[in-house]
Amino acid sequence: MNTPMSFNLHDVVLMLPETFLLGAICAILLIDLFLKPAQRAITHWLSLAAVLGTIVLIAVDAEPAATAFNGMYIHDGIAAVLRIFVLGTTGTVFVYARGYLQDRGLHIGEFYLLSLFATLGAMVLVSAGSLVTVYLGLELLTLSTYALVAINRDSALSSEAAMKYFVLGALASGMLLYGMSMIYGATGTLDLKQIQAAAIFASGDVQQHQALLAFGLVFLVVGIGFKFGVAPFHMWIPDVYQGAPTAVTLFIGTTLKIAAFGMAYRLLEGGLSGMVGHWREMLAVLAVASLVIGNIVAIAQTNLKRMLAYSTISHMGFLLMGLLNGTPTGYAAAMFYAIAYAITASVAFGGILLLARSGFEAEDIDDFKGLNQRNPWYALVMLLAMASLAGVPPLFGFFAKLLVLKAALDAGMLWVVIVAIVMAIVGAYYYLRVIKVMYFDVAEDKSALVLPRDLPFRWLLSLNGAALLVLGLFWGPLIAWCYRAFGLS
Amino acid sequence: MNLTHMLSLVIWLPIVGGALVSLTGAGRANTARWLALGIAILTFVVSIPLYTGYDAASGTMQFIESYIWIAAIAANYHLGADGISIALILLTTFTTVLVILGAWDSVHDKVNQYLAAFLILEGLMIGVFAAMDALLFYVFFEGMLIPMFIIIGIWGGPRRVYATLKFFLYTFFGSIFMLVALIYLYLHANSWEMADMAKLPLSASVQAWLFFAFLAGFAIKVPMWPVHTWLPDAHVEAPTGGSVILAAIMLKIGGYGFIRFSLPIVPDASQEYAWVVIAMSLIAVIYIGFVALVQEDMKKLIAYSSVAHMGFVTLGLFISLALVRHGGNNQAAYLGVSGAMVQMISHGFISGAMFASVGVIYDRMHTRMIKDYGGVVNTMPWFAAFWVLFSMANCGLPGTSGFVGEFMVILASFQMNPWVSAAAAFTLIIGAAYTLWLVKRVIFGEVANDHVAHLTDINPRETLMLSAFAAAVLLFGVWPAPLTHLMDASIKQIVDHLLVVKAI
Repeated sequence: MNTPMSFNLHDVVLMLPETFLLGAICAILLIDLFLKPAQRAITHWLSLAAVLGTIVLIAVDAEPAATAFNGMYIHDGIAAVLRIFVLGTTGTVFVYARGYLQDRGLHIGEFYLLSLFATLGAMVLVSAGSLVTVYLGLELLTLSTYALVAINRDSALSSEAAMKYFVLGALASGMLLYGMSMIYGATGTLDLKQIQAAAIFASGDVQQHQALLAFGLVFLVVGIGFKFGVAPFHMWIPDVYQGAPTAVTLFIGTTLKIAAFGMAYRLLEGGLSGMVGHWREMLAVLAVASLVIGNIVAIAQTNLKRMLAYSTISHMGFLLMGLLNGTPTGYAAAMFYAIAYAITASVAFGGILLLARSGFEAEDIDDFKGLNQRNPWYALVMLLAMASLAGVPPLFGFFAKLLVLKAALDAGMLWVVIVAIVMAIVGAYYYLRVIKVMYFDVAEDKSALVLPRDLPFRWLLSLNGAALLVLGLFWGPLIAWCYRAFGLS
Repeated sequence: MNLTHMLSLVIWLPIVGGALVSLTGAGRANTARWLALGIAILTFVVSIPLYTGYDAASGTMQFIESYIWIAAIAANYHLGADGISIALILLTTFTTVLVILGAWDSVHDKVNQYLAAFLILEGLMIGVFAAMDALLFYVFFEGMLIPMFIIIGIWGGPRRVYATLKFFLYTFFGSIFMLVALIYLYLHANSWEMADMAKLPLSASVQAWLFFAFLAGFAIKVPMWPVHTWLPDAHVEAPTGGSVILAAIMLKIGGYGFIRFSLPIVPDASQEYAWVVIAMSLIAVIYIGFVALVQEDMKKLIAYSSVAHMGFVTLGLFISLALVRHGGNNQAAYLGVSGAMVQMISHGFISGAMFASVGVIYDRMHTRMIKDYGGVVNTMPWFAAFWVLFSMANCGLPGTSGFVGEFMVILASFQMNPWVSAAAAFTLIIGAAYTLWLVKRVIFGEVANDHVAHLTDINPRETLMLSAFAAAVLLFGVWPAPLTHLMDASIKQIVDHLLVVKAI
């Protein structure tokens, strides 16, 4: 950095939501120490209050787009949208997870604290203005998540999943860091804005450091690919999804996807937009590999969590199709996709949590047999989730797919689009199979489903399911919001 | 009378009504039945002003509603209907009433969900016929899949899961290519309006790609040979109501799609590749006719006969294209499109009636195998009378609606090529063969077994349902004027548009 570090109080004002959340986390950490296990509900409500308070702080924030701490931290509309949805999904996770964790003796303060720390990390990550902030946010996010996966320490499956996640995640972080070091070497700066200027320069007339930059880009893309969980860097996803407690899987499947989009956007567009010609092709290859591997392997799964894991891989392939467009419209489409996926996936995992509350771990697709006989309403909610994941209009998921297909077609990537739609048909098969099990098969236990008495959970799940249809019909405001964030009308 | 929001009303009334019906709960089947019937009749009544209030002389889109739906991508909630749409909308509202009537005693499991699915399906199908925005069209077009998937899957026959998955995946496969074509058109026209897409100049090679994308979507829906194989499976396994809706309306959506998308948006490619469609149609008419002849399952036989009859629709549409483009023979082209449209409406009534009739005897015998029947006329004389009437219409006997459309198409095709016309006319023989043979084996002859001997004739509810179908079949057979008058001007506009060369 050329300018000396200076501290400006206004910088803290820009970071007020993060500061507030950090303060709240520290307070909850202290309060939780003095609570008896029976009083854990207090931690739950305090954590929810902290999340909601932070959302309010972001929503009322009228500061114009600016950077803080010498460009380390970016305060703009994109960060606002992403942070609100990161927090929103975390809040949803808290409501969905509480009863599930209670039933399994896992309702401990650490769950909330680790989730909140991870959320804080995600918020820093999506607002990052320099490579250091990217790494800082990412590590806070992922280290907390490793611990979350292992929260059920007596389960061998969970511990194994956590180990795998940690080893592969650390490897990915190493790759990312290595890539960053090359970029630093080529451009002489950690600031993404300055990198952007330098990278454009390097890809223009002056060819110096071209190779180094390209190498750095490859490693960055590898790191990003790991965090998204796109093929061929997807190996950890199925095991972690299956092994982690469903409440944690929900967190990984929703909050982390939005954060991963933020990271990819900051690094690729914010830092290396001048090399779009290079990374577009790379992302196209990753997208196609994910679409093919995710969708085809998902067919063979009998475990619903594992099936959703492979489905995630394919959905991240779709998301990359928005990114590879390399224009604000494309980024808005990808952001919309991340949000739509998070909202839809939370219904799917919420359905698993609901059934898991009735006394058994409802992980196999067959556990959903005859759900329509046992409880038509929640069968409908799951139907909406599956149809939305498959991309059937008029559900939310369809319009997200529409936008990324449009973005990829606009970028001239017809072959990616063709692969994507063929894979969407393959994907439709395994989502339909879940609907088939719920609606066409006869339940072994025909009694009505014993629903947990946890009304916030049931109401939020119903609302979340209905949102898939409502947002499918009226998605105008949401896409307009995304467009505005990227400066489009 | 203010008819501005007529189309929205006809679309959303059954959808909201369907949601209400599903809320009645599984225990109160009769409440659900009466409520669903009430909503279906109300929808039919509400759709009548579309016919009376439509200015048929102008033939333009009327009852226009346009609101911004998604400003960011310029998608609009834009509805409108011309003569073609209105004819199909009325067919839909009419058939749905009869389907709900037909399901009265034959469905006992989860009645509320069954009826709700049909009402929601009705609203979505009307939406397809009324949408003027391509994205809205696609949403309705695909939205139909889920209710139909569930109808076949829950209330269907033994192999219902296979059939319904096949139905869904086939249709999804075709339509998603159409979606890519629509996105491409949107990116170039900057609008989802079908009218704007029709104005967009497109190079010949682009048109060819788009043409095949549309063909994938609509040929599977019609269905045309060789992508028809989902239809017999779906028909055989679907409950009676599902078969009726499938045959009477859903197949028509494919034909409607050709009229609204392929012909106006990619006319040059449609002309260039018309021979593909004409060949496929002729194969459907002749080959599928022979396939129908050897069926042992009544529903399968009628399903194959549907494929053959729908071949006439596609034949009529693309013959006329060739006529206009080659020789400027507008009059004959107009005859071809009219014939296709009349055939669509008429086939809607006839195939609906045939499947409803099969449902009537299936409810009594629980078998669809032709060999289990014989001599039904001895125990069910009234039913036999209806069955024979519908069969005559199915083979295109003059005086029934089946004759009108086929005759017009054959007449038009004669002006293109007498050989095509001869091949098409062959259907009159083969159609008569499989239909009359079916009648002979099921209705006439000695009483085949004890089950047939104990059959009871149709009850008043079934009589009402079959009479309504019979009335429509006869009315449009002897006096098709109301129908042709309704569609005349709209079809003229479509034919005139075919002259425009868009290639750049």
